[in-house]
Amino acid sequence: MNTREQALEFDEPERYELREGPYYRFQVSRREFVQVLGAGILISVAVPAVFAQRAPRGGDGRPAKLAQRLHIGADGVITVFTSKVEVGQGSRTQLTQAAAEELGVPVERIQLIMADTSVGPDDGGTAGSRTTPSSVPAIRKGCAAARQLLLETAAATFNADAKTLSVRDGKVEGLGADHQFSYKDLASEKHAKSLQQEVNSSVNVKEVKEWRILGTPVPRVGAKEIVTGAHRYPSDIQRPGMLYGKVLRPVSYGAQLEEIDLASAKSSEEVTVVRDGDFVGFAAPTSFAAERARADASKTAKWKAPPHPSSDELYSYLRTHASEGRGRKAKVAAESKDANRSLRKTYNIAYIQHAPMEPRAAVAEWADGKLTVWTGTQQPARVRQDLATAFKVTPDRVRVIVPDTGGGFGGKHSGEVAVEAARLALAARNPVSVRWSREDEFTWAYFRPAGVIDLAGSLDEKGVLVAWEHVNFNSGNSAIATPYSLPDPVTEFKPCDSPPLRAGSYRALASTANNFARESFMDELAALADVDPLEFRLRHLQNDRLRAVLVAAAESFDWKAAWKKNSSRQKIGVGLACGTEKGSYVATCARIEVDERAGTFKLLQVCEAFECGAIQNPANLKAQVEGAIIMGLGGALREEMRFKDGKMLNPKFSQYHVPRFKDVPEIKTTLVNRTDLPSVGAGETPIIGIAPAIANALFNAAQVRIRSLPIRNTEFRAV
Amino acid sequence: MNATLQFTLNGKSQRISTDSRRTLLEVLREDLHLTGTKYGCGEGQCHACTVLIDGNAVRSCLTEVSEIEGRKVETIESLAVEGKLHPVQEAFVKEGAMQCGYCVPGLVLTTVALLKRNASPSRDQIVEALNGNLCRCCGYVNLIKAVQRASNPTKEIP
Repeated sequence: MNTREQALEFDEPERYELREGPYYRFQVSRREFVQVLGAGILISVAVPAVFAQRAPRGGDGRPAKLAQRLHIGADGVITVFTSKVEVGQGSRTQLTQAAAEELGVPVERIQLIMADTSVGPDDGGTAGSRTTPSSVPAIRKGCAAARQLLLETAAATFNADAKTLSVRDGKVEGLGADHQFSYKDLASEKHAKSLQQEVNSSVNVKEVKEWRILGTPVPRVGAKEIVTGAHRYPSDIQRPGMLYGKVLRPVSYGAQLEEIDLASAKSSEEVTVVRDGDFVGFAAPTSFAAERARADASKTAKWKAPPHPSSDELYSYLRTHASEGRGRKAKVAAESKDANRSLRKTYNIAYIQHAPMEPRAAVAEWADGKLTVWTGTQQPARVRQDLATAFKVTPDRVRVIVPDTGGGFGGKHSGEVAVEAARLALAARNPVSVRWSREDEFTWAYFRPAGVIDLAGSLDEKGVLVAWEHVNFNSGNSAIATPYSLPDPVTEFKPCDSPPLRAGSYRALASTANNFARESFMDELAALADVDPLEFRLRHLQNDRLRAVLVAAAESFDWKAAWKKNSSRQKIGVGLACGTEKGSYVATCARIEVDERAGTFKLLQVCEAFECGAIQNPANLKAQVEGAIIMGLGGALREEMRFKDGKMLNPKFSQYHVPRFKDVPEIKTTLVNRTDLPSVGAGETPIIGIAPAIANALFNAAQVRIRSLPIRNTEFRAV
Repeated sequence: MNATLQFTLNGKSQRISTDSRRTLLEVLREDLHLTGTKYGCGEGQCHACTVLIDGNAVRSCLTEVSEIEGRKVETIESLAVEGKLHPVQEAFVKEGAMQCGYCVPGLVLTTVALLKRNASPSRDQIVEALNGNLCRCCGYVNLIKAVQRASNPTKEIP
């Protein structure tokens, strides 16, 4: 992996990665550490195999680089290691497929150990759609090297030409009927030392036309454990003697604790109470007991709460608190000498939350001055560093394990809950599980950044775009560049210097906002030019891949028959949008039905075409595209964090409405398989088309122009 | 407020002594180590905590443990028998009806209860019955197919 790829691995390419100081500044006393080291009880507890991950079988810890990526047991079981996590987007299955493909073994023969900082190479966090374009190739290379080794060893053993040999079902083919050689033989005593080779970077991976396992709809690995409830998510990890922890939360954003009476909690034998700087936490044998201790103590707490902006004034706040812009300084588009007609419009994007099904959770266990934490994070290495910093130990004394986790969507890049669990475990001298409540998650996790987007454009007399400017206040840089061909487009990103809420990554992040504004604005310009919005886009589109998905979606939707210029209000409206982000391409058509009398509109149908190079698992890809469309409906139609006086006003599912079964429209997906192109990630980009397609459909039906996410209109609300 | 309670858990008689104000969800997970039942919201809005009580789908996060005295409780762990999946579980696997999978135990049990009431529900009836269950990966398309397959295992789902 080169340095640039590595840098991308750790950061969202759009550079909106959450960057902040330590969550807590602990004054952990020397005494507590000595107690842990000398406690004995934890040390004497036999540590069973890690709950969520099967331990490598037949392991004898071969130190070579090849062995770090994969381990071939003398029993023939092949263990592959990666720092990637599975948060529901199919990385476990896809990476297993990649390994099986290159090794030439069935998928069932591979066990993939993910995200355990004590083993395997650091492939970076799981973010930015990087698993497919960089971790899949890295695993394929490692496994292809093992296959090559198998062939060469077999050739040397039986005096054959390696070029005439191949691998099928884990066995070498072409040796003749009398000779057999498999991975098991390779791992045997006799040949094991050759495994200690470094990966030869010139090794060839299979071409797409040779794929037997990649490119096929391999079913979800671990499905049986999920449907039986046997899989242990981070919140399900239980350790001997484990306690349950609760952490006192500030009464509002930025509030400082002035005093609290912890005497009552401390008098309880079963409750461990910690106050360390700003941190106040409770651990007890049950969540109920810990929660009671927290609730009782919080009644005695006095807070000093600073003023905090409200979501009602959010958009003017973001504009007035904008820092110096990144990108080229915007100029007035209408100044173009060819401009005939010009438009200038503003779009507002609300803060929304990832709200993964599993709120943040961690179990921490100290033994011999070493810390093991099981937690749900997309960034295990970063969380290990956070823990090392918080407890002033070296990172090699911290092990972070990420069991397959209940959802991420870019929302689990941080390690607060791991630090909280570890602080309580240190004081309790027992393992502690901390699981955030839904309200904690909705209030104290981070959010997709809100934004204000100014767009301006000018058409010449033939209806061709001749000037363009796109200014984004706070929501982010990604997909700010227009994919349309036009002269001298100007873009600028102005982050807020003191953002009201903690903000970070989110599925597709700012590309949803920038694409919503741009594709809505393109629709406005098409209307100004008096042209079919599809025709208007194609007129300005030279990118073949984006054109191809736009045409595919329009054909699947039968756009030509569906769209007509409406001058009066119609019951049915259609809209379309397209876009590109992280190297993949999407186009979305939507059909809505308006009920004038009720003042409502309903989404009836969505056709989406998507292209991400060569498809590695069509079933998983289809699920990602469908999931992204429906998740995108939330941000398009309803989701919005509302806050006032530093308090979240809707931190519950009863108040913050995410998509449900009843919201699902008829969905038709077209997956464009470009086997001639490298595979790129697909978990994010399919979300960016749905919001503008719906907004444009509402304009088509009712001549009502939407310039906000969620779609807000005094005349029509979504049902 | 400790109480001793007797009930049937996954076909076996179970006796517990605990604070009667705790939720069934917490007692199942923390005392009985049945972690297949999930916390998602604590206010009955996501149905990840669904269990069967006397055959009906019930949200265990809203159920005080005192309410289960003398009743029959079934959790996700009871469905597969000696490693053989229940037909509903089988259908979820076949349709790939899971992404992160955290919502799946609740959805499987909600489906079991639905099919007990109505062996061949229409698509609209499925949507109605499952609308309380949230899936934040929004894998609703495959989830609906899984319920359709469970109600008619031999029919190919388009």
